[in-house]
Formats: sequence, structure tokens, C-alpha cells
Amino acid sequence: MRKLEERIFKVLMIISSLVIMSVLLYILWIIIRRGLPSLTWDMVSKVPSGGFYLGKEGGILNAIVGSLYLIFGSVLISTLISLPVALYINFLINKKSRFSSIVRFSFDILFGIPSIVYGAFGFMVMIYLGIQASLLGGIIAVSLLIIPIMVRSIDEVAVYVPKDLIEAPLSLGATKFETLKVVVRQILPGITTAILLAVGRGIGDAATVLFTAGYTDSINLSPAQPAATLPLAIFFQLSSPIEEVQNRAYAAALILTIIILVISFSTRYFGNKLSKSKV
Amino acid sequence: MRRLKYRLLKEKIARHYMLGLTILCLTILFVIGLVLLSKAFPVFRDKDLFKVFFTSGWRPFKGEYGFLTFIFSTLNVTFIAILIALPFSLLTSIYLSEYSTSRIKRIFNPIIDLLSGIPPVIYGVWGTLTVVPLISEKIAPHFVDFSTGYSVLAGGIVLAIMITPLIISITNEVFAAIPKDIREASWSLGATKWETVKKVVLRKSLPGIIAAVVLAISRAFGETIAVLMVCGNVTELPASIFDSCYPLPALIANNYGEMMSLPEYEAALMFSALLLFIIIVIFNAGSRLILNRVSKRYQQ
Repeated sequence: MRKLEERIFKVLMIISSLVIMSVLLYILWIIIRRGLPSLTWDMVSKVPSGGFYLGKEGGILNAIVGSLYLIFGSVLISTLISLPVALYINFLINKKSRFSSIVRFSFDILFGIPSIVYGAFGFMVMIYLGIQASLLGGIIAVSLLIIPIMVRSIDEVAVYVPKDLIEAPLSLGATKFETLKVVVRQILPGITTAILLAVGRGIGDAATVLFTAGYTDSINLSPAQPAATLPLAIFFQLSSPIEEVQNRAYAAALILTIIILVISFSTRYFGNKLSKSKV
Repeated sequence: MRRLKYRLLKEKIARHYMLGLTILCLTILFVIGLVLLSKAFPVFRDKDLFKVFFTSGWRPFKGEYGFLTFIFSTLNVTFIAILIALPFSLLTSIYLSEYSTSRIKRIFNPIIDLLSGIPPVIYGVWGTLTVVPLISEKIAPHFVDFSTGYSVLAGGIVLAIMITPLIISITNEVFAAIPKDIREASWSLGATKWETVKKVVLRKSLPGIIAAVVLAISRAFGETIAVLMVCGNVTELPASIFDSCYPLPALIANNYGEMMSLPEYEAALMFSALLLFIIIVIFNAGSRLILNRVSKRYQQ
């Protein structure tokens, strides 16, 4: 009887694991099957022409470039903020102090705030400052979204840095700030992982950029002008009644999925590197 | 001597700069709350809050703002998502942490990472391609006369897949926090592996599991694009799970263009953002506190 119950549950567990695995494969399979036939070289090398949204010539290069610019800007800003914060709560003050745990706790909460709220908040701030929907607005909103991710994932590796590593330079007469150079070198793979995680999250999020970055059919390099993004390109094209345009949405979804897969595999690569170098 | 002074000055500046940044980040949470509150203030001032929460008329251009449809839709979709996701993620999580070999873990962890890394808009595309037709052609005809497939159920299924990796990774951590001695003690008393899981591991980790579910609920509350794409967005109370619905985040996302047209309308939309914000902050704070306590208790 006891053995039977165990066996039943074990089978259930294996089934549910297999279900989860096959759901993932199914999602990838559907995206590839629907996206691949419409994925042409024009899609990734041209910007939309006049009749693009009626099914004519053009591609979504504007959205690809826009997404890359947006994510580059926001990762730059959020690294400049998250890295000092994570180092501060781990190395400049006692990492188990009350202040450190309050900071951690509030980043955990910020982490859970949905992107639509960040989008709405960013939009309100932009109205207040008199900025219209623009690349800069998108960069600010996406930075807000990914800063908590970066702080918490850098923090996770920073906790494991051995005390000796900080004490050795200190005893040689380095200031605490100077010891951070040693620390940063030690956790570099962890920082890379954090950046990649943030890139993956930021590049795929539609709700934040919906309000803040706007949309445009041309490639835009100026931060004061609206910029197209991949998730919105998918979203807008899918809501078109014209089949040709919908097919392009599937192709765009495939492009985004490929980008995410590449990022995910690189994250794993750097993650493994980190666990090997762990002291 | 001068060089040392310079270095110490640099240290001082860096220290203050970093502290400043940290405090700045701490205040963001309050700033977001305050901005949303001030923008939503007209709702508190001019409207009967009871009516706002418990009526379903949504006619912005006539000054009618009843949130019941949106609140009801959000709750419904979330409930279905948890109902589907919880058994699967719990069983998988137990399997991964108690039964599986490290080789299976090596295959499985990347899959969970991948699932959690897939952008919402991709889930939305997948949902419109597979879940929506599945409901309208295969499932709904057995229960109701007609369904477009864009429904509460579709939103729930898509959300369930999106929150599964979250629940699995948190419960995995909770199980890992429970020390091995407790399991070994149970085995040595003659309990089987499953009995140990059921009576010791699950019982000990119950607070953690609840916290994980609460976190998943708050994630589901706020999810926008994927749900918006599959749930139909009709401002009418859904009569069954095969009817279209209209969750709160979708309301905000769909109307941002018109937001500036009426100050009252803008206030109502910001009120919904505030509502989401408050619920999610409370849920997150509560479950994080529990999770921190769980991991701290077994740390020594």
C-alpha cells in the first residue's frame, strides 16, 4: 500500500515534468513553424516602406535596431547604478547589516512590480518633464525595470566572495574603495550574467515601451525621437486583419525568440564559468 | 603624503556617491507610489469608491467608471492560472529536488530558465496560435453554444505556463533550504521516501510554498501583453470561462492613447495602476518576508 502510493506519485511527478518540457518544445516548435516561412532577408534588412502595413514591401529593421539601441542605453544606465549599489551593500558596509537587508528587501519588491506600472509611471514622469514618447523615455522606463534584476543577481554572487579577498588588499594599505577592483574582477562572470539577464528581460518587454518609446517606421538615432521596438512590432502587426502582415508578426516573433535563445545560452555559459571559479 | 590624502578623498567621494545611489533607489518605490496616488487622486475625491469597485459600467465619456469587470476578470484569470500551474510545478519541483539524478537536473534547469526567459509577447503569439483555436474548436463546444476562444480560460492557460517557472524555482529553493538531517531522521525511522516528502518536507516547507504561490499570484496580476492578446478585451462581465474578459493591466495598456483626452479618464486609469501597485507591493512584501524567514531559520 505504502509502495503503491509512492509509485503513483512518482509517475505523476514524471508526467508533470514531461508536460512542462513538452510545453516548452511545443512553444518553440509553433513559433518556428509559423515564423520560418515568412522570414525573408528583406525582413531583417529593410525598413517598412509605404504600403508595409497593407502587406507590401519592407521589413522590420527599424524595430530590431530600435530594440538594440534601447537595450544598450538602458543596460548602460542600469549597470552604472546597480553595480555601485550591489557593491556598497556587500563590501562597503557589513553585508548582514540592517541597512543592507532593507535595501535587498526593497529591491525584491521593486523586482515584482509589473512592467505596465513602470510604463505608466514613466509616462507620467515624461509628461511632467514635457518629453514626448521617445527613445530616451523608453530607456528610462526599461532601466527602472531592469535595475532590480541586476542588483539582485550581482548581489547573489557578491555574497559568496570570500572575506580574505577583501582583507588581503586592505592589509597591504589599499582603501576599501580600491579593494573593489579586486572584487569586481572576481565576480566579472556574475556581472556578465546579470547584464545578460537584464538584456533578456528588457528586450522582450512590451508593456514598458508601449507608453514610453512610441513607434516609428524609420531608424532613429536621436534620443528625443520615438523608436520602434521588436515586441511592439510583433504586437501591432499581429492585430492587423491582413494575413500577410500577420505572417510578418510570426516572423518577427521568431527573430525575437532567436535573440532570447542566444542570450539564454550565453547566460548559462557565463553562469557555469562562475561556478567553476568559485573559491 | 599628498598622494595618500588624494586616495582618501577619492575613497570618501566614492563612498558617498554609492550611498547616495543606494538611497535614491530606495526612494523609487515611494516616488512611484506617490506619483500614481497624486494622479489618481481625483477618483478618491469625486467618486463613490464603493461604486468604483462594485459596479461594472465603464463609460469614460459619460463619467461612469465601474471597475468590477476588470477586477473580476483579473481575479478569474489569476485563479485559473494558479489552479493549473500549482499541481504541475509542485510535482515537478518535488521530483527535481527529492528524486531526480543530477543528470536530469542538468537537463531540466535550463528548460526552466528558458521558459522564464521567453518574453510575454511570444507567449501571446503562441496563445493566439494554439490556445485560442483549441478552446473555440475543441473545448468550448462541449459546454457553451459559441466562443471565439479569446476568453478567461485562454488567459488562464497562457498565464499558467508563464508562472510555472517562477513557482518551480522558488519551491526548489525552499526545499533546498530544509536540512538533510531532518530527512535522514525520518528515513531512519523506517519511513519511505514519499512518506518523508509528504509528512516532513512538505509540512516544513508549507510557509515557503504559500509564499511562492502569493508571489506567482502577484506576477499573474500584473502580466499585461500576453493576457491582453488572448483574453478578448470586452468590457462586459464574463458569464463563463469561455467568455471574453478584460483584466486591469490590459485596460491600462489599451487606453494609454486616449489617456490625455479627459483628466477624469486619466485619473481612472492611474487609479487602476495604483490598485495594481498597492496589491503587488503588499503581496510581494509579505511573501518575501516569509521566504527570508524560511531560509534564515535553517541557515545554521
